[in-house]
Amino acid sequence: MFKKLTTGLTMALLLATGGVQAAGSEGYVKDHAFSFEGPFGSYDQDQLRRGLKIYTEVCSSCHGMKFVPIRSLGDEGGPHLSKNEVRAYASDFIEVWDASLNDGEGDYREAVPADHFPKGGNANAPDLSLMAKARAGFHGPAGTGINQLIKGMGGSEYILSLLTSYTGEEKTSAGVTLYENTAYPGGWISMGPPLEDEYVEFEDGYPNDLQHLAEDISAFLMWTAEPKLNDRKRAGAVGVLILGFLTLLLYFANKALWRPIKYRKD
Amino acid sequence: MGSIPHDHYEPKSKTAKAINSRLPIIGLLHDTLMIPTPKNLNWMWIWGIVLTFCLAMQIVTGVVLVMHYTPHVDLAFASIEHIMRDVNGGHMIRYFHMNGASLFFIAVYAHMFRGLYYGSYKAPREITWIIGMLIYLLMMATGFLGYVLPWGQMSFHGTAVITGLFGAIPFVGETLQTWLLGASAVGQPALNRFFSLHYLLPFLIAGLVIVHIWAFHTTGNNNPTGVEVRRGSKAEAEKDTLPFWPYFVVKDLFALGVIMTVFMAIVGFMPNYLGHPDNYIEANALVTPAHIVPEWYYLPFYAILRAFTSEVWVVQIASFVTGGIIDAKFFGVLAMFGAIAVMALAPWLDTSSIRSGRYRPMFKWWFGILVADFIFLMWLGARPAEEPYASLSLIGATYWFAYFLVILPLLGVLEKPSAPPATIEDDFNAKLGTVGVARAANPAE
Repeated sequence: MFKKLTTGLTMALLLATGGVQAAGSEGYVKDHAFSFEGPFGSYDQDQLRRGLKIYTEVCSSCHGMKFVPIRSLGDEGGPHLSKNEVRAYASDFIEVWDASLNDGEGDYREAVPADHFPKGGNANAPDLSLMAKARAGFHGPAGTGINQLIKGMGGSEYILSLLTSYTGEEKTSAGVTLYENTAYPGGWISMGPPLEDEYVEFEDGYPNDLQHLAEDISAFLMWTAEPKLNDRKRAGAVGVLILGFLTLLLYFANKALWRPIKYRKD
Repeated sequence: MGSIPHDHYEPKSKTAKAINSRLPIIGLLHDTLMIPTPKNLNWMWIWGIVLTFCLAMQIVTGVVLVMHYTPHVDLAFASIEHIMRDVNGGHMIRYFHMNGASLFFIAVYAHMFRGLYYGSYKAPREITWIIGMLIYLLMMATGFLGYVLPWGQMSFHGTAVITGLFGAIPFVGETLQTWLLGASAVGQPALNRFFSLHYLLPFLIAGLVIVHIWAFHTTGNNNPTGVEVRRGSKAEAEKDTLPFWPYFVVKDLFALGVIMTVFMAIVGFMPNYLGHPDNYIEANALVTPAHIVPEWYYLPFYAILRAFTSEVWVVQIASFVTGGIIDAKFFGVLAMFGAIAVMALAPWLDTSSIRSGRYRPMFKWWFGILVADFIFLMWLGARPAEEPYASLSLIGATYWFAYFLVILPLLGVLEKPSAPPATIEDDFNAKLGTVGVARAANPAE
């Protein structure tokens, strides 16, 4: 009788939980196969360089990346610019505030590789250093986290979807213009569409329609958020291999050790 | 009940004799490692080693992280990024530490539910159980304190919520909360002292772990049958046991190898899966995250905390009887700590004469529901505080208390247990089939 009661209870619980759905004000984020996904994925160097160009010409006018050192543009696994290219990039494109200049009153100067990217000029524009890790594109279903297990956290997909999901609708709310965006939680975002087709030109003539531009900048921002991703995945693969082998040895050692105990003759 | 009869260490060489007669450390290590262990232990007895390993890993990685971390509200978040970007191998060390906390809690929950199923908490192992519960409380505290240090949005606002729980205590609450935070709100004093305590508590845990091991080395291990090792003579005891080294050391290392392989894959391929994206945003007192969610390992108890709203009749009665001193918030806090306290009281709430759940036909079902309830509450803890989750949490919380306070005491009276084997040796041999006949069996199962 108790068995029936308890199975009944369990069934009821299972049914109750199965029927519960999360109320969703989340935006719609589409999955995308980035080169750095999966256990053996890695960054595409050319894509990161294109992303850097987009960041420099578009994003950086409002957003900053204060946690990213300019020198890291030269790192292997990143855009991997040469020393001279990094130096030129710093001095040509970036000005930083230096409090020691102008007799302690401070002044702007050309950046050097040791500097970090500056903070953004627009106080409302969030810092992009870690944006790809600070957002999750995928949730659920029903708070179980299974989607994130299968598709990944989806930070870069979130950025990609956000940049390509403007509907073109606008509204003004309390003096602020809001733009409709189906990827943004709540559906209305204060950032106007930052990218359009052919907004940025590439020397090698790489496609520069909105979708491609958005993919490139999303990949670049994943790199700024997780610059050691390539190293980490390699360490993971090597680690799994070594530990797996060690475990195999221990399995046989254990089997051999217990054999006389288990097959003992009395 | 004396300890299990076995050979003690006898120093052989001159040097060993000289050392051991002055400080019997070789003997202590030898006897600890050679402890007679029931030979029928199954794979649920591996978690102790996993936990010991976790503690060591967290201390080692933690000590290295501290070398590069800055406990200052303006610099903490940036110093973590410094570790992730500039420190050699820093990103791996930090991800090991971050995910190590999760592994630690997976292992401790497996270890605790093992104890609950096989009756490891019952006499004569009550002290081992109580010390285990203290270790678990310290682990919860350490995990919470550590989560504050990166100074992300979840760190900051989670701290405000959790220390707010102490603020719910009548009369002294606000004073207590201010005393804990070192200020009226979460800020520099809190970060500094949480850092200090996060470094201190693991060593207290290490001390308690030694006492925990000492206690069950005195009573002997429990085992899946719950039947005690025969202690009449050394020969008898040897039929039931094998020395810990090498049999269980190698077995446990194999299990640890499997677990660490999976762990390595998580750290290498999906290190942020168990974390919350909001903690990659620097703390900002002015912006509160939409949902403040604690780490997954606190969720069952967080769900119990939130289950008791002012609409629940027990809360209303408590409030009426105490003249409003116990309000819904304080009741929730009491319920949360009560949920852990009833677990600690399990040795005295369980009235069954049989130790192991294996021979308790009704207990098995109620225990199964308890495990399901725990997972159910964990899921509810991450859901928003609204219907139907609030009502479901209440059902889950009610079962949790009912299991310990009603079901465990009653089962001992109502249930007709089946007969456990007479000895551990019988159980071990039954598992192998006919003794002496070679049979493919999984090692040590």
